[in-house]
Amino acid sequence: MLVWSSSGRAWAWGVLLACFFLIYGVPLAIIALASVAGEWNSVLPEKFTFLHYRHAFSGEASAQLRASIATGAIASLVALVAGTWSALALRTIARVPRRVLDMLFFVPSAVPSVSVGLGLLVAFSRPPVLLNGTTAIVIIAHLVLISAFTYGNVSAGLSRLPADVEQIAESLGATPAYRLRRITLPLLAPYLVAAFSLSFAMSMGELGATVMVYPPGWVTLPVGIFALTDRGAVFDGAALTVVLAATTLLVLFGLSRMPSRAVAR
Amino acid sequence: MSATAAVRSGAGPRLGGLWVLPPLLLLAALFFYPLALIAGQSLVGDDGAVSLAGYGAVLTGPLFANALWHTIEIAVGATAGCLVLGFVMALLLTFVPIPGGRLIARLIDTFIALPTFLVALAFTFIYGSAGLLNMAAMGATGLSTPPIDFLYSVWGVILAEVTVYTPFIMRPLLASFSLIETAQIEVASSLGAGPWRIIRQVIFPAALPALLAGGSLCLLLTVNEFGVVFFIGAKGVITLPLLIYSKAIEESDYSTACVIAMVNVVLSLSLYALYRTLVARLGGDRAGVV
Repeated sequence: MLVWSSSGRAWAWGVLLACFFLIYGVPLAIIALASVAGEWNSVLPEKFTFLHYRHAFSGEASAQLRASIATGAIASLVALVAGTWSALALRTIARVPRRVLDMLFFVPSAVPSVSVGLGLLVAFSRPPVLLNGTTAIVIIAHLVLISAFTYGNVSAGLSRLPADVEQIAESLGATPAYRLRRITLPLLAPYLVAAFSLSFAMSMGELGATVMVYPPGWVTLPVGIFALTDRGAVFDGAALTVVLAATTLLVLFGLSRMPSRAVAR
Repeated sequence: MSATAAVRSGAGPRLGGLWVLPPLLLLAALFFYPLALIAGQSLVGDDGAVSLAGYGAVLTGPLFANALWHTIEIAVGATAGCLVLGFVMALLLTFVPIPGGRLIARLIDTFIALPTFLVALAFTFIYGSAGLLNMAAMGATGLSTPPIDFLYSVWGVILAEVTVYTPFIMRPLLASFSLIETAQIEVASSLGAGPWRIIRQVIFPAALPALLAGGSLCLLLTVNEFGVVFFIGAKGVITLPLLIYSKAIEESDYSTACVIAMVNVVLSLSLYALYRTLVARLGGDRAGVV
């Protein structure tokens, strides 16, 4: 307790709540309000409608939602397998090369997403592999961008596992494969779920790399939302943003409840 | 850290290292190879000869200088804003506990999961030329042009990015604040130290590692930010990522885009190196930064 007087405390709480509502409450509220606005010519909307949500769940927009979810799920799953694989493999490597490799796996998180997109565009518009204009290049872009975060989460989890459990299993004669399947991976499960959630959320909101590489047939939600607001359909854009945020949070909360109580933190 | 070293594969510790090859090859093919091609293309002129001429032409142009300046201006401004706001909010949440404070902290933390452009879109509804505030101001004063236009300047982008990235400062700060012994503060307080003195002499020094680490991460993220700037769409506010996009996609000028991308990548990697060094040096306790 830093402030003892009740007037001082009331003042501090006032500052905190004002910051919280002005900075985080108002933007969310205004997006929600815009998503149901029918006519908005003065300070607040005069008419309300659910038409924008009907647009959000039909035709073009619903295809974009499906594309986003599919991209997020596939990219996150591949990133999870690759990240877990690298984190586990790195444990068997000596200290110095391990630190170098660790750095390499983290580097994609530092490179701007637009440059990742540009690189893929340059690399896969020429032989030997032509991927420009395919769905695959979008998924690859997301995979590259989220891979470092997945790897980071899994290896952080790995370093927090109790070391003795695995050693005991080994001393009891468990083969490495058995140990991995029955000891390490189950212990790691909460971190795997957290890693998947984080990368799925990042993929759902990804814009910089997607906008560089997406083909007309695989438009993700953020790109679709930009196109809508760019041509003035701002309320449709707001409704689609609400759908995007709600889907992301739904998946996050759904996953955080999945495996027992072990998830924690 | 010690746990990772302790577990050595029983089956061939020498060959065990080969297991790292598949994910490493994947990363090389999908990330380092494209990055190398960007570097290659940035060095090749229109005539196909290798030269630094591309760099000379692009780096001395006004477009590039302008974008670089905006990028740095926005990143430094937004990071400073995030540090101040994050420190104040984390401080109040921890040391002047409010009922429901944990919920507030959780809600702010969830903001990290939302797309960054959400804030930019919300800002156009609030501060935009046809936004809530301008409507109110025009209704009250009878003006025919919107009086509030900061959203389409550097300040609009900075304010939006402060909103987006403050949670990234608060996360490590809340973790490091929770390590401060409350007894320490109560003793200081009972010895007559006022709240400002306690903040200055007890809390701030303890929070410094988290502030430095969070701040450098924030710099990196704001230098790389695309969605916020793209959505606000101010004609005069072009950053490096935006310039790369417009050169490559709108003008199909890949050589120029690659030169700018190289500069951007080098800038980002330097900031990333700074961040990792700070975390390694200061965060013996890792200060909550994963």
